[in-house]
Amino acid sequence: MRRSLATLLVALAICAGMNLFLAQFIEEYVVQVINMVGVSIILAVSLNVINGLTGQFSLGHAGFMAIGAYVSAFFTTDLSYFNPDTAEYVTDPALVSSVWGYLGALIAGGVAAAVAGVLVGIPTLRLKGDYLAIATLGFGEIVRILITNFEKVGGANGLSGVPQFQIVLSGEGKDALALDGTFFIFSFVIICVLLSAQLQRSTFGRALIAVRENELAAEVMGIPTVRMKIFAFVYGAFFAGIAGGLFAHLLQTVTPASFTFMKSVEVVVMLVLGGLGSMTGAIVGAIVLTVLPEALRDVEQEADLPGIRMVVYSLVLILLMIFRPQGIFGQRELSLRLLRRLVPGRRISGDETPKPSEDRKGTEL
Amino acid sequence: MTALLETKSLTIRFGGLTAVDSFNLSINEGDLFGLIGPNGAGKTTVFNMLTGVYLPTEGTAQFDGQLINGKNPVQVARLGISRTFQNIRLFDELSVLENAMTGAHQHARLTVWESLFRLPRHYKEEARQRERAYELLAFMGLDDRAGLTAKQLPYGHRRKLEIARALATEPRLICLDEPAAGMNTGEKSELSALIRKIRDELNVTVLVIEHDMKLVMGICEKVQVLDYGETIALGTPREVQNDPKVIEAYLGGD
Ligand SMILES: Nc1ncnc2c1ncn2[C@@H]1O[C@H](COP(=O)(O)OP(=O)(O)O)[C@@H](O)[C@H]1O
Ligand SMILES: [Mg+2]
Repeated sequence: MRRSLATLLVALAICAGMNLFLAQFIEEYVVQVINMVGVSIILAVSLNVINGLTGQFSLGHAGFMAIGAYVSAFFTTDLSYFNPDTAEYVTDPALVSSVWGYLGALIAGGVAAAVAGVLVGIPTLRLKGDYLAIATLGFGEIVRILITNFEKVGGANGLSGVPQFQIVLSGEGKDALALDGTFFIFSFVIICVLLSAQLQRSTFGRALIAVRENELAAEVMGIPTVRMKIFAFVYGAFFAGIAGGLFAHLLQTVTPASFTFMKSVEVVVMLVLGGLGSMTGAIVGAIVLTVLPEALRDVEQEADLPGIRMVVYSLVLILLMIFRPQGIFGQRELSLRLLRRLVPGRRISGDETPKPSEDRKGTEL
Repeated sequence: MTALLETKSLTIRFGGLTAVDSFNLSINEGDLFGLIGPNGAGKTTVFNMLTGVYLPTEGTAQFDGQLINGKNPVQVARLGISRTFQNIRLFDELSVLENAMTGAHQHARLTVWESLFRLPRHYKEEARQRERAYELLAFMGLDDRAGLTAKQLPYGHRRKLEIARALATEPRLICLDEPAAGMNTGEKSELSALIRKIRDELNVTVLVIEHDMKLVMGICEKVQVLDYGETIALGTPREVQNDPKVIEAYLGGD
């Protein structure tokens, strides 16, 4: 506890430093891409708990993300909509406007997504493999269609004017020294990664992996497999909801088109690329698949070959799946221990196992 | 003395096939009981019914006076029945130690929040599980392999790890499904000694399915013979061995 709290505080300080540095020295477009990387990491790491650790094939992440995005924006945004009764446009002012209100709205988005996770998980998690994939895909589409028909949040056009929030450290106006989107996003990245790592390395994490590895044996060992699967689903949904909220406030607009089933597929591809079941793999997959399309966009413009971006992108994926079908990391985690083992001269025996009362996760990231 | 495990007319049908027919079994606390019979006799199906994997079509099974047919595998595990599988079912990507630790999971008295936020009880639970898992790995002679991934283990060790994992659930009755299958003679005699130790030192009642007659006859005190889903003999190894029906089933079956 004390150790993870210390890790968290240090990490938050680094986030703050990174935020100030990026805002000061790096061009806005690049900062935007970095922020998107953060959102992707939360999505990939949380989906990894469902698809990677627990071995359930969910394609519902875009749905949970949409719920988080809309619920949080609902609280923070002035809602303008057409009232058919009075035949005029009305504006409901935003419910919250402070940074604390924003955090509350993000959490509310996460909780709403988690509740949806329970409601979807209970009936669907008895399904296996492809059936579960189809059911969760259906869920995502239903969410999107419901939102499209919900005029108060803009219907098909979505919501614009979603505000951005800052924590002003000093100064005023344009020159103010302030923590903004980067800080919020990466703080949640840290929280999500830290908690997921701690989950993975606990009796519950082993129980989730047991469900993936052999469901019948897990059950016979007394592991309540359905309950574990629902837990994984709710956990993943919560952070997908948080990621959705951060995403909405980053882009300052949300539309149902952002949450099609292609978005879910994209997150699955990040996992597969990094190595399904490896959290560090999920992080690398999220970085690569968020940065690569942007980098290729420049190449496309310079080489004057419109469309080449998607060709290269697809080629990279195909080549990877041919030469490394288990993903970059397989199911292994990139850890200091692994790095140390790669350095010659220092040998660590294969049966080195954590001693009681030692928590190694803090040093693993 | 009432039996620890008692089944009455336990029957299961798969479509038209009656895999197990009116099966009666009575095992006392402290027994080392053998269930034998030719391939396809219905032995594994009996285990599946006892551990909540299959729901019997008819009949009852009682464990320590409680009805267990109709309970699911998790509930049965909580009551104190554990088992191994004929076709080994380990958690291949977990380490040997972690496999054994998952057996101890059901006794964890902590919430997922305590693990997520690394509260004191999380560390206590990890230490408890690790200690117990090490003890049982040492008992099975696997403690020097604790850090290997389960899938790296050779066949004989995989069977032993399954037993260690089952013991980590702290069962009162352990059901071993062909634990010696695929082992060589040396491994088999070592396993025989271990099975006896499970009963004598850990005080766990043992129900073992085994194909190897020599092994069963060597360790079991009571043997029941199944053929085509029906009990054809019950008694001491010597009695059963000389039963003409058993001889016929084995000569005709194998
Ligand atoms: N799930 C099932 N569906 C249909 N038939 C089954 C099923 N499980 C077992 N059986 C049948 O029950 C019979 C007994 O099988 P089993 O218990 O595995 O035999 P043993 O373990 O004695 O070799 C076999 O004929 C087998 O085909
Ligand atoms: Mg069998």
